[in-house]
Amino acid sequence: MSIFEYNGSAIIAMAGKDCVAIGSDLRFGVQLQTMTTDYKKVYQIHDKLFIGLGGLATDTQTLHQRLVMRHNLYKLREERDIKPSTFAALVSAIMYEKRFGPYFASPVIAGLEPDGSPYICGMDSIGATETAKDFIVTGTNSESLFGMCESMWRPELEQEELFEVISQCLLSGIDRDALAGWGAVVYVITKDKVVARTLKGRMD
Amino acid sequence: MGSNAGGFDFELVKRNALLEAKGVPPPRAWKTGTTIAGVIYKDGVVLAADTRSTSGSTVADKNCEKIHFIAPNIYCCGAGTAADTENVTAMVSSHLELHKYATGRQARVVTAMTLLKSHLFRYQGHVSAALILGGVDLHGPHLFTIFPHGSTDALPYATMGSGSLNAMAVFEAGYKDDMSREEAMALAARAIRSGVYNDLGSGSNVDLCIITAGGVEYLRNYEFLQAKTYSRVFPVKYPPGTAPVLKTKVTLSEVAVIEGVESMETDS
Repeated sequence: MSIFEYNGSAIIAMAGKDCVAIGSDLRFGVQLQTMTTDYKKVYQIHDKLFIGLGGLATDTQTLHQRLVMRHNLYKLREERDIKPSTFAALVSAIMYEKRFGPYFASPVIAGLEPDGSPYICGMDSIGATETAKDFIVTGTNSESLFGMCESMWRPELEQEELFEVISQCLLSGIDRDALAGWGAVVYVITKDKVVARTLKGRMD
Repeated sequence: MGSNAGGFDFELVKRNALLEAKGVPPPRAWKTGTTIAGVIYKDGVVLAADTRSTSGSTVADKNCEKIHFIAPNIYCCGAGTAADTENVTAMVSSHLELHKYATGRQARVVTAMTLLKSHLFRYQGHVSAALILGGVDLHGPHLFTIFPHGSTDALPYATMGSGSLNAMAVFEAGYKDDMSREEAMALAARAIRSGVYNDLGSGSNVDLCIITAGGVEYLRNYEFLQAKTYSRVFPVKYPPGTAPVLKTKVTLSEVAVIEGVESMETDS
């Protein structure tokens, strides 16, 4: 069994019209034993920037702490919030530094650039970035998430419909993953607000 | 390790090796599968690449960029582990930019080639980047292939990646000395196309980059081969309220309000 399947995760980021959404499942388990069902895998960096971290929980937590520290240092030096594309380069550099002994984590970044355009990008465990105009997925059953997103996503989704689409993709994708699920959380980011919604899912 | 120290950090190597010894397989990095090619013609170089990135047998990215910027007169196609090709080209690009400030001269293609091969040789093939480097400098057009272990070749036409055999077959059949720009572009695109259609590691579209003494033309998705072949006549639309929401929390973002803005002092 891959170490990425030790705790279980499912994460999707999706771009819409002047908005982005990112969501994760809520299960935290140790192999087949479910420990908690309120474990969010998406973290807020600032008003318009979120990062989802899939993979081994011990590494995603360490990585998240290091990213918060680096963002704090950036704010002290620059007196402004970091741009999503700059933050992605930072995450990539931190991951590639450990090229020969990587964190077992796969990040997904979602945010709004200063000009208001959506930015989403994904990464492998050694920092190879992939920016997309549509969606990014990662998790223990990324194939089923890919399949849902590939057929449900449309260009120019408004924020309300973007929420419905990402929620359906996440909930249906999760139903075919034994290691992820137990509800989900979805954040929709727009220029003036962030809406966080907790979703009801199957509890088996 | 300090964040500005440079080089690799081997902190987690022992832990990860322990897990591997216990039978846990190492993570799968994204590869670029890839068909990349380059050809020299009468007054420049054409670089070409497909746009598929894979993770195992899953397509990780359907339209990625494999022709990397090195300097205004030099570009580089990358095959192998995606993280390695992206980072090794970015590192050399940064070195050459500083070198330009130190010398006040345009970078030479051999300089880029030497920086790349010495880095790759130092890591004995573990930094797995297979590259095609092309550019034009004061000595004219140059084309190099660079292998993951650090060996290099200077060639009039070159291919790399899992689709290199398909692309090379096209070059061997169609290459001529002193081709025109249009002939070279058509040949390079045909070489990539044979990779896209006949090699499973390569796919999607063709990117071209034409470098001459006069400048660079980067043609992203020069041939858009693989658009979706289907589209739903009645797209599924979920009305608001479809997803079962348990809890909603709205956080208003901080909006900077600047009142009574004073105009900046200027001479006029």
